Amino acid sequence: MKKKIKLQDLDCANCAQKMEDAIKKIDGVNDASVSFMTQKMTIDADDERFEAIMDEVVKVCKKVEPDCVILR
Amino acid sequence: MSPKQKKTLYRIITAGVIYGILLIWSHMDSYAELIEGRWLEPLVFLVPFLLAGYDIVLKAIKNICHGQIFDENFLMLVAGIGAYGIQEYSEAVAVIIFYQVGELFQSYAVGKSRKSIADMMDICPEYANLETEDGSTEETDPDDVEIGSIIVIKPGEKVPLDCVVLSGESFIDTSALTGESVPRRATVGSEVFSGSVNGNGLLRCRTTKAYEDSTVSKILELVENASSRKSQHENFIHKFAKYYTPIVTIGAVLLAITPSIITGNWAEWIRRACTFLVISCPCALVISVPMGFFGGIGAASSIGVLVKGSNYLEAVAGVKTVCFDKTGTLTKGEFKVNGIYPDGISEQELMNLAVMAEKNSTHPVARAICDAANGIVSGTDKSNTASSQDGSSALLSDYTEIPGQGISVKVDGEEILAGNDKLMLAKGIAFTPVEQTGTIVYVTKAGKYQGAIVISDSIKEESIDALVSLKSTGVNKCVLLTGDKKNQAEAVVNELSKDIKKKHPGFIGKLIDEIKSELYPQDKVACVEQYIGELNGVGKVAFAGDGINDSPVLSRADIGIAMGSLGSDAAIEAADVVIMDDNPAKISAVMRIASKTLRIVKQNIVFALSVKFLVLILGALGFASMWAAVFADVGVAVLAILNSMRALKVDQAK
Repeated sequence: MKKKIKLQDLDCANCAQKMEDAIKKIDGVNDASVSFMTQKMTIDADDERFEAIMDEVVKVCKKVEPDCVILR
Repeated sequence: MSPKQKKTLYRIITAGVIYGILLIWSHMDSYAELIEGRWLEPLVFLVPFLLAGYDIVLKAIKNICHGQIFDENFLMLVAGIGAYGIQEYSEAVAVIIFYQVGELFQSYAVGKSRKSIADMMDICPEYANLETEDGSTEETDPDDVEIGSIIVIKPGEKVPLDCVVLSGESFIDTSALTGESVPRRATVGSEVFSGSVNGNGLLRCRTTKAYEDSTVSKILELVENASSRKSQHENFIHKFAKYYTPIVTIGAVLLAITPSIITGNWAEWIRRACTFLVISCPCALVISVPMGFFGGIGAASSIGVLVKGSNYLEAVAGVKTVCFDKTGTLTKGEFKVNGIYPDGISEQELMNLAVMAEKNSTHPVARAICDAANGIVSGTDKSNTASSQDGSSALLSDYTEIPGQGISVKVDGEEILAGNDKLMLAKGIAFTPVEQTGTIVYVTKAGKYQGAIVISDSIKEESIDALVSLKSTGVNKCVLLTGDKKNQAEAVVNELSKDIKKKHPGFIGKLIDEIKSELYPQDKVACVEQYIGELNGVGKVAFAGDGINDSPVLSRADIGIAMGSLGSDAAIEAADVVIMDDNPAKISAVMRIASKTLRIVKQNIVFALSVKFLVLILGALGFASMWAAVFADVGVAVLAILNSMRALKVDQAK
């Protein structure tokens, strides 16, 4: 399932890159893309575990940029 | 500026003022007596330091706790502490303040750039006037309007959903979608697209699509998603950034330790190492390169060209060969009567005769004749009577279609023939061949030649300009690929090339370099592959077509360009670049935008990298203070961002 998620307070382009790399490494994620310019994140992951994967994504992003809020 | 940004600005100003005061004071005697060299000094400077930089300190600590050690915040913190360690207090504060100024400006510039694009893309309609059962209208969220509902569009309003006009007449401004400033006429039965703006007439329409499938939603989604298709330059920067920071940081550590052990001059080498740390952030590149492409895509969409990815924008700049589909791309795709050559009778009489023969045929040629003769005639009017202009009606009988030749019918007992030269020869009727190219219908009555009607497609007026400007934008070869017959293809090329000296006196060479005709779709793919082989990596091959049956070629070409796609979902799906109106001249316009974007991006990369390396070397050799380092880092970022914002502007070409 592919989902587009809005981000808030994504201020650092480097962090966007790091987030994207980290999310791609999460088990069950097929593809991910974080756009610093549009402040949006697109995640393509397994349907059944999508919610659980999203929890992982939030954790990973908090590590990279704690200020950034993911609007689920 | 956002509230957060304003708060940061005040902090910086306050810290700056305190710092300024301290600097001035430090040159006075009272300072030398009370502060200098004592424990009070670091404390005094700590005030502006923390005021300007407390969030950096906090973030650095937080990030270390989360395992993210090597980030900007940590590096700046270390540089600051380093400076403090060697008792360069004022330098530490200056560094922090400069850095914060840079960051603030960076985030301001990014915000502005995002807003510019958002404004450009502000084609989203906010409401729809939904007609209720009692005939009144209610303002509704376009999302909630179901397909088949009736909406009312008042003068000046944005069209909220894709719909068909039921009543009313108006002119529609499609510039937000197509970049075209000439308004389109909308009457009963016209399709009107969401995102366009209504002119002075009131329109009552039935919606044909839900909001999420409407043209405006599709365009917005496309442009947003385009920035996630990364270009080669962006990928390079991404890889570069991953290695750059760790390498520079390790370099800094080595620079701090190794020479210090040898010379014992720790203070000096730590100082130089701090310079390294300050330059270690690749932010200038990581922000400015994607921003440049984002701007380029935004600029393209403002002229009605949707580029589906940064990688495609990059490729468009390198197009050397363009292949064109004929019908619908270079020509209008409408068959019309383009020549009437009566023999001994009037034009109207000739047309009347032709109509009598053609009115019961569904062939496009027949339709063209009927349309021309009688205004708009319903093609399904299958009757045995025909009324000529003078109002009298005649009885038609013995209608026969002769395959490959034409039509024969009897009117009041007299035989009327309408067909090609083969029909004339078969019936043994002498006729005057017509020179004009196109489909020629010769008409006879009772065995006597009455005249000829020429039906053809006409070229788009913009095609000539389009081809000329392509050649001047760096395209070496323009090719016509068509499934049509050879002479039709050649006729179109002749039509395009005639009078070229008059219209474009400076133009040298051919408009169309190669013509390949009578092609099946798979042959077109083969041709495109041949051109790709010819170029051998130096330049790209683009194919421009109307998308409906050109999917394989659109996919195979380096750049697939779909034309006239307002309303065509299939084209939007298959192509890499979508031109919302029918205008082939947009191809060179988007090439110019792509070249400009690439130029800006390359300028930024070269500029940022060279300044960084220069300061790294100078810093290692002791010729650059931390001030200079911060300036280089922050100043470069700011300049790169400003440069990238230029990509949004579309240069008005002549």
